[in-house]
Amino acid sequence: MNKLIVSPSPHDENYTKTSGIMLNVIIALLPALAVGCYMFSVVRPLILTAVCVTSCVLFEYICRKIMKRPNTIGDLSAVVTGLLLAMNLPVTLPYWMAVIGAFIAIVVVKQLFGGLGQNFANPAITARIVLMVSFPAAMTDWVIPKIGRDAVSGATPLALEKMSSAELQEIGQSVPSYSDLFFGWDIGGCLGEISAAALLLGGIYLIIRKIISPAAPLTFIGSLALLTFITGGDPLYQILSGGVFLGAFFMATDYATTPITAKGKIIFGLGCGIITFVIRQFGSYPEGVSFSILLMNVLTPYIEMLTRSKVFGAKEAAKNEG
Amino acid sequence: MKKLNGIRPDHRKNTENSATVEFPLPAKVVIPMSMTMGAPCEPLVKVGDTVMVGQKIGDSQAAFSVPVHSGVSGKVTAVSNYITASGAVCKAVEIETDGQQTVSEEVRPPEVNDKESFIKAVRESGACGLGGAGFPTHIKLDPRTPIDTLIINAAECEPYITADYREMIEAPDDVIGGINMVKKQLGIKFAKLAIEENKPQAIKNFTEMAENDDTIDIVTLPSRYPQGAEKVIIYNSTGRIVKEGELPADEGVIVLNVSTAAFLYRYMNTGMPLVKRRLTIDGDAVKEPKNVSAVIGTPFRELLEFCKADIPAVKKLIGGGPMMGMSIPDMDMPVVKTSNALLAIKHFDERKTSACIRCGRCVKVCPIGLMPADIDKAYRIKNIDELRELKVTLCMNCGSCTYICPANRRLAETNQLAKALIPRK
Repeated sequence: MNKLIVSPSPHDENYTKTSGIMLNVIIALLPALAVGCYMFSVVRPLILTAVCVTSCVLFEYICRKIMKRPNTIGDLSAVVTGLLLAMNLPVTLPYWMAVIGAFIAIVVVKQLFGGLGQNFANPAITARIVLMVSFPAAMTDWVIPKIGRDAVSGATPLALEKMSSAELQEIGQSVPSYSDLFFGWDIGGCLGEISAAALLLGGIYLIIRKIISPAAPLTFIGSLALLTFITGGDPLYQILSGGVFLGAFFMATDYATTPITAKGKIIFGLGCGIITFVIRQFGSYPEGVSFSILLMNVLTPYIEMLTRSKVFGAKEAAKNEG
Repeated sequence: MKKLNGIRPDHRKNTENSATVEFPLPAKVVIPMSMTMGAPCEPLVKVGDTVMVGQKIGDSQAAFSVPVHSGVSGKVTAVSNYITASGAVCKAVEIETDGQQTVSEEVRPPEVNDKESFIKAVRESGACGLGGAGFPTHIKLDPRTPIDTLIINAAECEPYITADYREMIEAPDDVIGGINMVKKQLGIKFAKLAIEENKPQAIKNFTEMAENDDTIDIVTLPSRYPQGAEKVIIYNSTGRIVKEGELPADEGVIVLNVSTAAFLYRYMNTGMPLVKRRLTIDGDAVKEPKNVSAVIGTPFRELLEFCKADIPAVKKLIGGGPMMGMSIPDMDMPVVKTSNALLAIKHFDERKTSACIRCGRCVKVCPIGLMPADIDKAYRIKNIDELRELKVTLCMNCGSCTYICPANRRLAETNQLAKALIPRK
């Protein structure tokens, strides 16, 4: 006598699972990571990445254990957070600071709010910001990779652009060309953000695999370029430098912390572009990508409320105040 | 025109070229008194009675009900309590067949002179929607509002099932005859025969047949599940939107399944009620998938044996398609009027649900634009106002959201539970 399984329909399923999605994000991050490792002379960036990933996974495991909840490291989301965190750090950062970053990302931002899908802010972005305000010197200790020579300390392209020619001469650096910025050649910055080309490649991969929607990245980059152009700046320089591509393709598309609907994603991207522009143009920080994404994360629930999808054939409910 | 979303599961129409095989008469049939959406019938026969083919063996006083007929001749051996696959409790008549298949005197073409007698004849035929839902056909064909378009649903959008397709290939004249008959009797001007594009042969045949008839329009629909859902097919073939709380008739349309239309045509000519139906037998446990014509009441087990299914390995039995079909709890349950398919599944892993990652795939696939992830959240905290605002009551349980969810969340199921939380006015 067979015991038959009885369950509600549907009985069919699609085989894209959470861990598969996370694996695709990991694959998409690899080109940018590879460029970063190569540029910053391999060993140090690899160890830094390993420290971030291991501590993120470990914190996730311990956290779930203490909270007596099912173990979730198998979904690979902690690995993604670890990778993103590493890519948001300067390669010179002391390892113990990276571990603090992992703690902030996984324990404070993710697990204390309920774990995967429940956090309101992007874990890696928040960790970067916390580290930046806690250890401002270490977090802005940029090295300029000189191929074939020793790396030297220097400034990021965004800082360089704001300098006068006298200042540039003093530090012995010049404003990088577009192609250097695009490929990540010989410029300062975080481990994973220097090569716009590699990030773009990963982003296109995710779009083709239908993991992310191009709406937020396009509006983010587009609005930043447009605003820069209108105010007489150099739009190409602005979008190719700093964390714009990393933020636009990998953080502004995070499922948990950005709106679900297409309309919401567009608003989110526009907001990121505008805030980044404002911070870069008028703020005291040279870079505004992290803050813009975090601020838009906070606004996400409100954007969602305003951009709910319209139900086919639904009658408008009578307005009910309160 | 706005495009309604959906999913594209593998078609797996393995049986599309399998001509319908007559299933040999079983030794015993069990005929439940509740096989449609209508009220259950009371048995008209008792143990020891002799019954004939086409004889009415169950009926009800309720208007929203459909009588039940026997498809075999033989002796009633039991009238017992029965629980259907959907959990309804009713009586069931068990008949031992005598192999003679003597046809009852009741079987003769009905007299139809006006709409009223037509509707009455439709009820007496025992007809219900053969696409799976089982809505009583005589109710559907008797709307209160004027109808200008008859839509014949031949989408057959569920994977595996080819029963309607075989009807169109094997009995095209009955299909066209049925369409013209319903049009004439109800005074409907136009008919649209809506077929999914994965059935090119049927589209070609009917386009040729209806070439000189400008009252029948053959509509080719994209192969996207749930194309055959009533609201979806109405919109995609006429552009009309059936609004919240409305019936298709309020928009001037009636949707009738293609096999139902062909059956009605045959009934009006022969008087043989709905006692037999075609169903697709398939699934990974079935070695020889087939389209079988079986008497209603035939045990599923015998059909599976007939199709060389690996019976001990069957983990799950589905009555209908994999998207909206019903789990069959017991292999000895019988074929009913709504059984358009029987799927025996060997590889079925119970899904382990994990946390919602808010990827939005459920929102993207919902044909009517619901937000299942938000409904899921509102359901868990029993926020009835929010559920109302999210319009969960409009969910038609097509299952696309559950199908697509990477976290294996049973969103469609939650929608049905959430519907039950909302008090009816």
